[in-house]
Amino acid sequence: MSVALHFEHVGKRYGETIVLSDVDFRTEPGELVVLVGPSGCGKSTLMRLVAGLETLSEGTIRAGDRVLNDVPPQDRGVGMVFQSYALYPHLTVRENLAFPLFVKKVSPETRAREVERVAEMLSLGPLLDRLPKQLSGGQRQRVAIGRCLVRKPDIYCFDEPLSNLDAALRSQIRVELKALQRELGKTTIYVTHDQVEAMTMADRIVVLHRGVVQQVGSPEELYLRPHNRFVARFIGTPAMNLVAGGLREGRFEGGPIRAAVSVGTSVERVLLGARPEHVRVHPEGKVEARVRGIEPVGEAGYLHLAVEGISLDTGAATSGSTPKPGLLCASVAGRDAFGYREGETVRFDLVDERLVIFDAVSGDRIG
Amino acid sequence: MKEGRRWLEIAGVHLVLLVASAAVLYPVLWVVRLAVSPTGRLTEAGALPIPKEFSLQNLSDFIFARDFYGRPIFFIQLGNSLLVSGAATIVGLLFALSAAYGFSRFAFPLRRAGMRTMLVSQMFPAVVTAVPLLFLLDALGLFGTTAGLVLIYATTSVPFSIWMLKGYFDVIPKDLDESARLDGASAWIVFTRILLPLVRPGIGLTALFSFMSAYNEFIMASVFLDDVTAYTLPVTLQQSVGGFDPNWGLFAAGSLVLSIPVVLVFFFVQKQMVEGMTAGAVKG
Ligand SMILES: Nc1ncnc2c1ncn2[C@@H]1O[C@H](COP(=O)(O)OP(=O)(O)OP(=O)(O)O)[C@@H](O)[C@H]1O
Ligand SMILES: [Mg+2]
Repeated sequence: MSVALHFEHVGKRYGETIVLSDVDFRTEPGELVVLVGPSGCGKSTLMRLVAGLETLSEGTIRAGDRVLNDVPPQDRGVGMVFQSYALYPHLTVRENLAFPLFVKKVSPETRAREVERVAEMLSLGPLLDRLPKQLSGGQRQRVAIGRCLVRKPDIYCFDEPLSNLDAALRSQIRVELKALQRELGKTTIYVTHDQVEAMTMADRIVVLHRGVVQQVGSPEELYLRPHNRFVARFIGTPAMNLVAGGLREGRFEGGPIRAAVSVGTSVERVLLGARPEHVRVHPEGKVEARVRGIEPVGEAGYLHLAVEGISLDTGAATSGSTPKPGLLCASVAGRDAFGYREGETVRFDLVDERLVIFDAVSGDRIG
Repeated sequence: MKEGRRWLEIAGVHLVLLVASAAVLYPVLWVVRLAVSPTGRLTEAGALPIPKEFSLQNLSDFIFARDFYGRPIFFIQLGNSLLVSGAATIVGLLFALSAAYGFSRFAFPLRRAGMRTMLVSQMFPAVVTAVPLLFLLDALGLFGTTAGLVLIYATTSVPFSIWMLKGYFDVIPKDLDESARLDGASAWIVFTRILLPLVRPGIGLTALFSFMSAYNEFIMASVFLDDVTAYTLPVTLQQSVGGFDPNWGLFAAGSLVLSIPVVLVFFFVQKQMVEGMTAGAVKG
C-alpha cells in the first residue's frame, strides 16, 4: 500500500534561524518526489522531518490521513537511506540487513528468509559475509537500500544517495533506483542538489531555495514554465538565458533583441527567458552576434555568442555548466558545432512561442 | 652514490633512536642493578648500572616475605592490589561508559557545564580530597575496607574516563544512531549493539588508564588502610625503605616485581591502543 504525503504549512526553526518556512504541497501515492536546491536550502531538514528525526516548529505532515507530527520515527513506516549509508561497520552485510528485523524480535528463520529475498533482489548474495569496509561504494549503497527494503516501509527517503559515487556508477545506479522504485510502487522522497538527477528521476520536483518552496511540478513544467527566475536558472544545463529589457504592449525590447510575447501589459524592467535550444542560429536571423566560444558535446553543441547592446542576467545560483557571463548561449546540432570558428559572425532568431518573461524586480514569471 | 646516502640516513635514524632508548632505559637499568646487588647501597655505585656482585636475595626476600604470623604477605598484598584495581576499573568503566554515551548523544541542560566541572575536579591534588573522602567513607562504614578503596579509585578515575570515552563516542557518526532508531532500536539497543562495539579500542585504553592509576596509587591507600593484610603493594613498597640504613636493593626488587602486571597488561592491549590512537583518522 502506498500513501500520499501532505505537507501543510510546514516550518522549521533552530532558535532564531529559520530553516524552512511555509512548505505546503502534496504528493500522489507511489510517486517519486525529488527535493532539489542549492546546498543549505533545507532539503535534508525537510526529509528528516518526514522521518521523524527532527520535530516540526509549525504545520503538519500527513501520510494518507495519518498525522505524523507526534509519531515516533520507528512507527512512521518511513525508511531512510543516508548519504553516508550509515552501515554498521562492525556487522557483516547479512547482519546489517537483518538488524531492523532483529530489533523487532522477528524469528531467526523469518529473518534469514527476508535477508535472502532482499539480497537476491539487489544481487548482494555473494557479499553477505563481508564487512562494509570490504565493499565498494556502489555495493555499500546497495546494502543501505537493502536494509531499508527489509523493513518494508510505506515511504522511502533517500538523502543524496549517489553523491559519493563516481559519474559512471551514478548514472547506472540512477536507472536501477528508478526501476526499483517503479517496481515497489512506494512513495519516495529523493534529495539531491544535482538538477540532472532531479530531471531524470522525478515524477514531481520540489525546488527549494533558502527554505522556501519555489515551485512544485513535473520536470517538464519546471523546464518549460518555471515560476520564477531562480527555477529558470536552476533547472536545465546550460542554464536559461535571461535578457534584460522592457515590455511594451506585448513586445519585448532589449537592445537588438525583439520578441512578441503573450503579455498585454507594459512593464518597465523585465527579463526575457530563452533556453539555448530556443536561440536558433541561421543565416537569415534578425540579430547579429559574434562567436566567442564553441562547446561540441556530442549530440548537441553550444555556441557562446557576444551580442552588441544586450545585457544578460547571470544572478541567482545555477548548477551544471554556467554559460560564460555576458554571453548568450545557443544550441546547435552536434556535428554543426564543428563548422563554426571563434570570432566569426553569425545571425540568430528567438523562437517566440517558447519564451518566458519574468518581472526583473520580483523575479516572478509574468508570461 | 644514492645507495650510500640511504645507508647514512638509516644509520643516522638508528643512532638517534639508540640514544633516546638509552636515556629512557638508564634509570630502569639502575633499578635492576640495585635489585640484584646484595647490599643495596647507593654509595658504592659508579656511573654505569653494572652490578659488582650478583644475587637474587632481594627479589626472593620481597616475594617470599612472611609476616609475624608466617603468612605469605606478598601474595596476599598482590591479590589485594589486583582485586582493588580490577574492581575499581570495572565499576568506574560502567559509570563512565553510560555517562559518556549520555554526554555525547543527548542534549540536556548543563551538559557543557557538567563536562567542565569534571575537568576541574581533576585539578585538585589527591591529598586535598583525602580528608573529606575519609570522613565520607567513615560515615558509610567503609573505612579501611577493600570496598571503600575500590569506591575511591573508581570515582576518582570516572571524570577522566568520561572525557576520554566521550571523545570516542563523538567520532562515531550520528547517522548510525539515527538509522538504528528508524529501524526501531531503543536507546539501550543503540548503546549496546551499535556504539559499544565501536568504542572498544577506547574502552581498552580507558581501562588501562584506570587500572594503572589504581594499581600505582599510594597516598590514599597509605592513609586509608591500617591492616597489613589489607595493604596494597605500593604501601608495602614504601615501608620497605624505612629506617636509618634503607635497603634500596629490596625497594628496587619490589619495584621490578610491581611493574610486571603493568607490563603484561600493556603487552596485551598494545594493539588496541595503537588502533585507538589512530581511530577517527581514517573514515569508513
Ligand atoms: N541543528 C541545527 N542547528 C542550526 N542550524 C541548522 C541545524 N541543522 C541544519 N541547520 C541549518 O539549516 C539549513 C538547511 O540545512 P540542510 O542540511 O537541510 O541543507 P541541505 O539542503 O540538505 O544542504 P546540502 O545540500 O548541503 O546537504 C542550513 O543552513 C544549516 O546550517
Ligand atoms: Mg543535505
